[in-house]
Amino acid sequence: MKHLLSINDLSKSEAIAILDTAQELARVSDGPMKKLPTLRGRTIVNLFAEDSTRTRISFEAAAKRLSADVINFSAKGSSISKGESLKDTAQTLQAMGADAVIIRHGASGAAQRLADSKWMSGAVINAGDGTHEHPSQALLDAFTIRKHLAKSGEDLTGIKVVIVGDVLHSRVARSNVLLLAKLGADVTLVAPPTLLPVGVESWPCNISYDFDAAIVGADAVMMLRIQLERMSEMFFPNAREYSRYFGLNSDRVKALKPSTLVMHPGPMNRGLEITADAADGARSVIVEQVSNGVSVRMAILYMLLAGAPEGELDGINREAGAL
Amino acid sequence: MSAKKSNFLLTGLTLPDGTASDLQIANGVITAIGKTIASNADDQVVDLQGSVVLPGLVDLHTHLREPGKEDAETVLSGSMAAAKGGYVAISAMANTSPVADTAGVVEQVYALGQSAGFVDVFPIGAVTQGLAGEALSEIGAMADSNARVRVFSDDGNCVHDPLVMRRALEYVKKFGGVIAQHAQEPALTKGAQMNEGLISSRLGLKGWPAVAEEAIIARDVLLADHVQSRLHICHLTTAGGVEIIRWAKARGINVTAEVTPHHLLLTDDYANSYDPIFKVNPPLRTQRDVEALREGLADGTIDIVATDHAPHPAEAKECEWQEAAFGMLGLESALSIVNQTMVQTGLLTWEGVADRMSRTPAQIAGYESHGGKIEVGAPAHLTVINPTQNYRVDRDLVASRSRNTPFHGMELSGVVQATFFRGIPTYLAGQLTSIHNYSSNAQGGSSI
Repeated sequence: MKHLLSINDLSKSEAIAILDTAQELARVSDGPMKKLPTLRGRTIVNLFAEDSTRTRISFEAAAKRLSADVINFSAKGSSISKGESLKDTAQTLQAMGADAVIIRHGASGAAQRLADSKWMSGAVINAGDGTHEHPSQALLDAFTIRKHLAKSGEDLTGIKVVIVGDVLHSRVARSNVLLLAKLGADVTLVAPPTLLPVGVESWPCNISYDFDAAIVGADAVMMLRIQLERMSEMFFPNAREYSRYFGLNSDRVKALKPSTLVMHPGPMNRGLEITADAADGARSVIVEQVSNGVSVRMAILYMLLAGAPEGELDGINREAGAL
Repeated sequence: MSAKKSNFLLTGLTLPDGTASDLQIANGVITAIGKTIASNADDQVVDLQGSVVLPGLVDLHTHLREPGKEDAETVLSGSMAAAKGGYVAISAMANTSPVADTAGVVEQVYALGQSAGFVDVFPIGAVTQGLAGEALSEIGAMADSNARVRVFSDDGNCVHDPLVMRRALEYVKKFGGVIAQHAQEPALTKGAQMNEGLISSRLGLKGWPAVAEEAIIARDVLLADHVQSRLHICHLTTAGGVEIIRWAKARGINVTAEVTPHHLLLTDDYANSYDPIFKVNPPLRTQRDVEALREGLADGTIDIVATDHAPHPAEAKECEWQEAAFGMLGLESALSIVNQTMVQTGLLTWEGVADRMSRTPAQIAGYESHGGKIEVGAPAHLTVINPTQNYRVDRDLVASRSRNTPFHGMELSGVVQATFFRGIPTYLAGQLTSIHNYSSNAQGGSSI
């Protein structure tokens, strides 16, 4: 595996290996010395052509904990905002000797374009491309679910995950459906019909328009962000009606099992797709998703750049032990 | 100018009806057809054993980019690409800069075509001023100009306002014109990137539903029926669109339709690469649509093949899919693709190809000097193809000024051997030559 562009790039065993590696790396992060020397001397570029805070910081923290040199290249004030093409940006990064580029871009397929082109030779990690995919988010979500509901080294067979909201425009939903299904989970998408893509019935998941019916027996409920610009595009009559049918409120939280996880990839619209008491309640793992994100992204960088067959994990443990 | 021979004896040909024959050309007209014609002293004899001769191809849908985007294509470079692809007449779409919405612009494009001397370039006039869809352009003035425009289209944009469309259909009845509609409901395709279906949903590219095309086709055949005018549907891409045209024709509505070579061959599967070389308007559809288009072309529901040749400079395609321009080259590969998808599959005979790519397009557009039979006394507009020779498409070898061919690297079947325009080989033995390079310019010149 040279790049991580889509969940389709991962076999089931590779996905599980990333989760297992992340778990090992999380132990390091919890220790007194958070840093590993694994990627010392490697240059990683955060190419963020679209505004993002948490994903960029998460990747930056992950790269730094592996001792990589990190260059942040953000849209605002950079040559991208001056109309530089992706090709020219890529060639610039190549000339600077980037070993890997973590790209967030508003255009679906931008990460794949970068990887398939001959513009640069480094590894490409998709940190969210348009409405296509966000594989590291799905991996951290699966990591979070597994940590609470399954065992390390295992998949997610039989775990019932409900994903609710704007599936049509959600790269998080696309990556999660692919990954969770690959790991054996039972996934149900819940949305108004307007926010489900054409042909969604061919995806490896169930479809429901009825949130209340779908949450019965759910092990995890993942809420998706409703972007404010959808309001003017007539996907639903208004915010109030959306919340009534598809928002996670205290009544719906009460209908959940005590062990059910409440998840959200952030940033949240409190009061729209999730109420404050649901977001901050006992079942919520939303803040934990963020910290798990760093470990999972460390694992991704480790697998791609340190080349990570399972045997080398011992190496990490030794290094960690020595520190 | 060099004193090249302008009389020819072409030997070893097969006529569209399958008859083996030689063919003699003198002073721009066909002078003899038959087996073993005796060559005259000043004949240049060309051995074309194994090749099929067709009446010179006519394209009803070409983007030449001049004036305005000469970095992508000029009338000259597009004419050369056309000659190389077997064409003798092409129709320059109106979406230039300035837009071809006045007599001045269409006369300029027409004159540039005549001075290039590879094909007849017949300008298409814009239906509405600036292609904005709001006010009719100077349709009458363009029709009466030296370019004698008969086809009007806002191609690239849909004439979406039903009242504007109605008026345009009515107005062109005055001189027997035709409105060529780019059928795309704008509200249903805002920001659309590719065919809406399983693949667009997975790729996260905004979908372009088939109904956005079909709804306009359905509306416009009804309008054409109501005002008893003539409608032409550009680049049909959907199985449903074929059904609507079939229904309209059965009702006696005066509608014609075209299909592009790329829609006969490629599907939206190619978008999986996110390589915008496959980004085109209207988009590549599904295999089911491809099959319906081939059947429609075979049974005559779809009247013609038109290229929608759309050159773009490299930077318009070397980028993210959603940033890239729509369109692909078509002139140089069209006949190979028709050979491969229609003739070799048994769906169309060579007579059928002559009809769909020469006779009927000339008839729809009123290009009277084109699309005739191959017969003694007719102007020698001829296309010669070796249908069994294969080749690998190389974008670096195209005659077009742009290189955005989606067929790069693909093996296609059928190689154009020669194109004769007014009796002059504009393309022969791999060489492109303007008719102005011949001393005794032939007759049979353009009289539209």
